[in-house]
Amino acid sequence: MKYVAGVDVGSTQTKAVIIDSNKTIVGRALLDMETSMVTVAQDAFRAALKNADITEDQVVHIAGTGYGRYKVTFGHEQVTEITCHARGAIALFPGTRTVIDIGGQDTKAIRVKPDGQVGDFTMNDKCAAGTGRFLGAASYALEMSLADLGPLALKSQNPVRITTTCTVFAESEIISHLAKGILPEDVLMGVHQAITSRCVSLARRVGLESEVTFTGGVSRNVAVVMLLEQAVGMPINVSPDAHFCGALGAALFAHDRAFGIQSGDRAQPALAAA
Amino acid sequence: MTTAIIEAAPAGAVAATTFDPRVEGQRLIKDWYAGLVDAPRRGQHVANVFVMGNAVEILRSFDFQLVFPEINSLQSGVRKASAEYIRLSEDYGMSPDVCSYVKADVGLMLKENEHPAGRIPKAHLAIASNMCSTFIKWAEIWERWLKVPTFVLDLPGQRASNWHVRPGDAQHAADSRWVEAQFRDLIEKCEKITGKRFDMDRLAEVEDRVNRMVFHWNNVMALNRMCPAPYNAMLDGLTYIGIMNVYRGAPEGVEFMRKLEEQLKSQVARGEGRVAEERFRLLFSGTPCYVSMRRLVELFETWGGVFAYSDYLTFAAGGMDAGELVYDTSRPLESLAEVTALAAQRGLSNQFFAHERLEKQIRDYAVDGIVFHGIKSCRFVSSGMADTRDYLNKRLAVPSLYIESDLIDPRYWSDAQIKNRVDAFFEALNQRGGPAPRAAKTITSDAGRAS
Repeated sequence: MKYVAGVDVGSTQTKAVIIDSNKTIVGRALLDMETSMVTVAQDAFRAALKNADITEDQVVHIAGTGYGRYKVTFGHEQVTEITCHARGAIALFPGTRTVIDIGGQDTKAIRVKPDGQVGDFTMNDKCAAGTGRFLGAASYALEMSLADLGPLALKSQNPVRITTTCTVFAESEIISHLAKGILPEDVLMGVHQAITSRCVSLARRVGLESEVTFTGGVSRNVAVVMLLEQAVGMPINVSPDAHFCGALGAALFAHDRAFGIQSGDRAQPALAAA
Repeated sequence: MTTAIIEAAPAGAVAATTFDPRVEGQRLIKDWYAGLVDAPRRGQHVANVFVMGNAVEILRSFDFQLVFPEINSLQSGVRKASAEYIRLSEDYGMSPDVCSYVKADVGLMLKENEHPAGRIPKAHLAIASNMCSTFIKWAEIWERWLKVPTFVLDLPGQRASNWHVRPGDAQHAADSRWVEAQFRDLIEKCEKITGKRFDMDRLAEVEDRVNRMVFHWNNVMALNRMCPAPYNAMLDGLTYIGIMNVYRGAPEGVEFMRKLEEQLKSQVARGEGRVAEERFRLLFSGTPCYVSMRRLVELFETWGGVFAYSDYLTFAAGGMDAGELVYDTSRPLESLAEVTALAAQRGLSNQFFAHERLEKQIRDYAVDGIVFHGIKSCRFVSSGMADTRDYLNKRLAVPSLYIESDLIDPRYWSDAQIKNRVDAFFEALNQRGGPAPRAAKTITSDAGRAS
């Protein structure tokens, strides 16, 4: 059996996905970033191979994505994470028209056309406010793990207002609120509201259309999911594989190259620059 | 004057093989700076002017040596020296939000006018206008720091969407009288500063040369409607617009534009485009990022994307690229006022009612997509972009990309982020199947003109 892989080298984590010729995910890996992007990309790919219980020579095509896509030196092509998240989201939820992706340092909103192509996109610009880094600042200030933030925020009764303009200032603001004796859950809910407000604003710029699919690492945060649903006024698709969505999209482009575009595929392959 | 359309390049009509617009343009800019540096020795009077709304024709008739502080600032960016000037001005106390052109100029003053291209002479007169609110505040700095007398032109702008002043209508007549009265005041001021009498014939001579430059410039712009486009509007075009501004009304400017048109026509006749394989024709809306323009263009050309047109070429020419804006040299001052009033409308409306013009330019230049470039330190040119983009997306379904950096502040250029957006934009264009193969073709419109 032959396989293909997608490796998403992001700002804080690297994700790798391996799929078979039927586009079924057979292996995944998620590693925190290290100093060397090349090394972490290789390690993630090998971890995904191990997870799939296959050998490297069975993988016939590899696509890199994410900011570090050119560091996937063992890959055959590179595709931006914007295109890959759209592709991955459609694979997970075929009715997707809007993708909201909140990653470590990027938040993006992508409008997907009915034929599955990227219609428009917008991203945060030169500022990590409203990204996963915002939650990272809260986690640091509260000395809590990222995984615990969402559930605690949901216990809030009186959320405070947190600045939405600067992650660094937000951190000092969090400490200031805690020093005043405000409950951690109220501070945290303020942080979650700030993130949601920023990313919904991005999504409105491209035009919010149902169905909305939430991807990226922050999609695992239950409080952000709840606030997003409230803000957009509709249910939001979240897959257990949402964190791997970019890598999955890359793997699907690799699949196109290795096995050809199959009938029923809606998104055409992205062509690399000359 | 008659109006004609460039429908086809006269094949083989022009050899023009020895003229290299880029090299010649760089030489002219170098010569201009040499002239600036040498002006005090020659005892020549110096005037600071902006590229829009500047009454250059009057100043030239008095033999002023022209200094363009905006061009000094952008040249500091092109020469990778702007960061130092900006730092000096911020050390002095200016906010990072202030226009980076202004900050580079303040830094220049703090460095006693020592520019990478030479020492910029102190001006005897500065002309500002309301075409950009920053112009007025900028000129106040010269007035207070350097004691440069300032003359501020109040030029009527467009009052509403779809509201166009047309030559000969009552509003245009009133606007022209208002502008002409200001020109008469300016002439009086110039006479006092230079000790020379105003010479109407000299003004007519300058205007005649501007007419010829604008004639060639319009044809140069129209030639980029050809597929493949013979030049990149946001790289080669920046050199051309630089010559249009710096040498406006000068014999060297006329000669450059004439040769440029010939050169491009011959290039079109040979079917030579700016890029080896033109796959996407694009429109650049906004002002350039001079510190990284070559890199930005490279990011697009790697994908076979060429900027066939940019509204900057209209905006930075102060709206002078309109076919109907021709000086009547038999009544030079009145005509100068009439054209200035109309050019100001065009230059300003290009920013405030961008959607109306872009819609036409999208068709004229047969573009596949639009790139909006927002400027961190200039909300004046960036604030309406989101609305314009939204309008064009919905109304014309033209794919667009928004990127942001700055005019000359290198701190706002983030290569990875911009490359990511550019690559994603082209991936989306490719997903649509890309453009149909292009045969060499001519796109006709009403902008080109011939006398």
